[in-house]
Amino acid sequence: MAETRRAPRTPLTYVLRLVVIAYLCLLVAWPVVLVGWNAFHVPDVGFTTEAFAGIFSDPQMMHAIRLTCIAAVVATLINLVFGVSISLLLVRTEFPGKRILSALIDLPLSVSPIVVGLALVLVYGGRDGWFGPALESAGIQVIFSTPGIIMATAFVSLPLVIREVIPVLEEIGTEQEQAAASLGASSWQTFWRITLPGIKWAVVYGVVLTLARSLGEFGAVKVVSGNVLGQTRTATLAVEEKYLNFDQQGAYAVAFLLASVSVVCILIVFVLRARGARVR
Amino acid sequence: MSIEVTGVNKRYGDFVALEDINLTIPTGQLTALLGPSGGGKTTLLRVIAGLETPDSGSVVIEGNDATSLPVQKRNVGFVFQHYAAFKHLSVAKNVAFGLEIRKRPRAEIQAKVAELLELVHLSQFANRLPSQLSGGQRQRMALARALAIEPSVLLLDEPFGALDAKVRKELRDWLRRLHDEVHVTTVFVTHDQEEALEVADEIVVVNQGGIEQIGTPEQLYDEPANDFVMSFLGDVTTLGGALIRPHDVEVTPSPISEHSLEGTVSRVLRIGFEVRLTVLTDDGEVVTAELTRTHARALQLEEGVNVFVTPSPGAYTMPAPSPAA
Repeated sequence: MAETRRAPRTPLTYVLRLVVIAYLCLLVAWPVVLVGWNAFHVPDVGFTTEAFAGIFSDPQMMHAIRLTCIAAVVATLINLVFGVSISLLLVRTEFPGKRILSALIDLPLSVSPIVVGLALVLVYGGRDGWFGPALESAGIQVIFSTPGIIMATAFVSLPLVIREVIPVLEEIGTEQEQAAASLGASSWQTFWRITLPGIKWAVVYGVVLTLARSLGEFGAVKVVSGNVLGQTRTATLAVEEKYLNFDQQGAYAVAFLLASVSVVCILIVFVLRARGARVR
Repeated sequence: MSIEVTGVNKRYGDFVALEDINLTIPTGQLTALLGPSGGGKTTLLRVIAGLETPDSGSVVIEGNDATSLPVQKRNVGFVFQHYAAFKHLSVAKNVAFGLEIRKRPRAEIQAKVAELLELVHLSQFANRLPSQLSGGQRQRMALARALAIEPSVLLLDEPFGALDAKVRKELRDWLRRLHDEVHVTTVFVTHDQEEALEVADEIVVVNQGGIEQIGTPEQLYDEPANDFVMSFLGDVTTLGGALIRPHDVEVTPSPISEHSLEGTVSRVLRIGFEVRLTVLTDDGEVVTAELTRTHARALQLEEGVNVFVTPSPGAYTMPAPSPAA
């Protein structure tokens, strides 16, 4: 790789660094650290893990966490399969309306999650949705139920895998795939043996981002779930509920759990990427 | 006859890449598709491989109609200009790829891979990744990978185009020797006439989607079918209204025949062992001549000297095309 040239260090370099660090600290790091601090620290009492004990002994809270995990994992799996196939479609084939489809994929990032929730209710609502009553008579309840939560979660995290995979697919080009084909590999064999290993890190990164985003989804889920205690209340909804009910200690504890999982996700990617870069 | 291409046409929108190509490539030979960039030679190679579908026409490989066969079924070895190495697989795994797809027994694959790596002088690099190899080594690996499937034809698309001049020359000699050992019908694309003249048994000159001439290197160089082939295969100049190679122009201090033309040396350019002269004849023609360094020194040639230029006896000439054509 070409050597990177660095601009000479001037006082401006240090001012810029200071500004960036201050910005990140004030906006991201300090508030998140405070959530962790408050989860463990109670005024007048000191450090305690009581709030966490409270979570793990509360069956309804455990149900909420389990529901969040299920929704996040299923939504991530859906977006993994869908994301990789649509990336291949967008990069490797030509069809009319391709640019429209490409623009449509970014929609979930730009639309407020609450709009996503309302839109899903309009289509799948059990009573007067466009498609909901038909599904309901077939015994499938979408809105106010787990499928709706999964759909809302999948919707908001849809672009993350695709946006990671597309640039890598474009970069690796088609020559390796053509070489594999000339050596006799079917398209399925070419995908598993050549294309997938080539986009592996992009897929891993996309999956972790999707998982992190799915665990934290709030707005869309709030609309479609109905927020029924012990049934369709997810962990993020439980945080809000606890906070509004003056159980701030409990709210911070659950929030801390959610944030920890996301931080662990990012750390995993960081380590994997460093290892991947060494191999290459 | 190993490869028969009949009536092949290929267009990209308005651009005609190939127009009514008819070509027969004999078994066991090393054939070069030579031509300028954008002339259609790579498209023709990819049509033979099955990587492009022609709009019309047929491709027959070893007596089997391959026109509608996908690339997987044609049993051709294809080598790309930029190697197309499988980056995540070791050198040995790259070479083994086609055999693993064919589900050959493991012992057979190992033996074959070892044999091929020996052939391309990469045995000690078997466990490296392609990124740890030089360009020339990567291309040899790609060649071994293509040979592993025992292809009926080996197709190479500008195989040395991405390498520097010295490695190019080495690999070119090496390819010729390899072909003499392996004897697989080989077609390679190149825009470098020196490469084609040096390596190929037969050269197909491709230009503007059509074939200009097919022949051995000697035939093409000595009896070019038209002015395009003549000027593409080597330097040309005009002398007395005819196209001629600069090394076939004799430069003398006095006239040696009735065809001698008088002129003055306007430029002397020395390139290594040879000297390139530009002579402006009294008729206003600009003639280029090539002489050896010693010859030029003996004639005491320098700018402004009066000389006579004459076609060498037996030199091939053809009428120069009119400027309008």
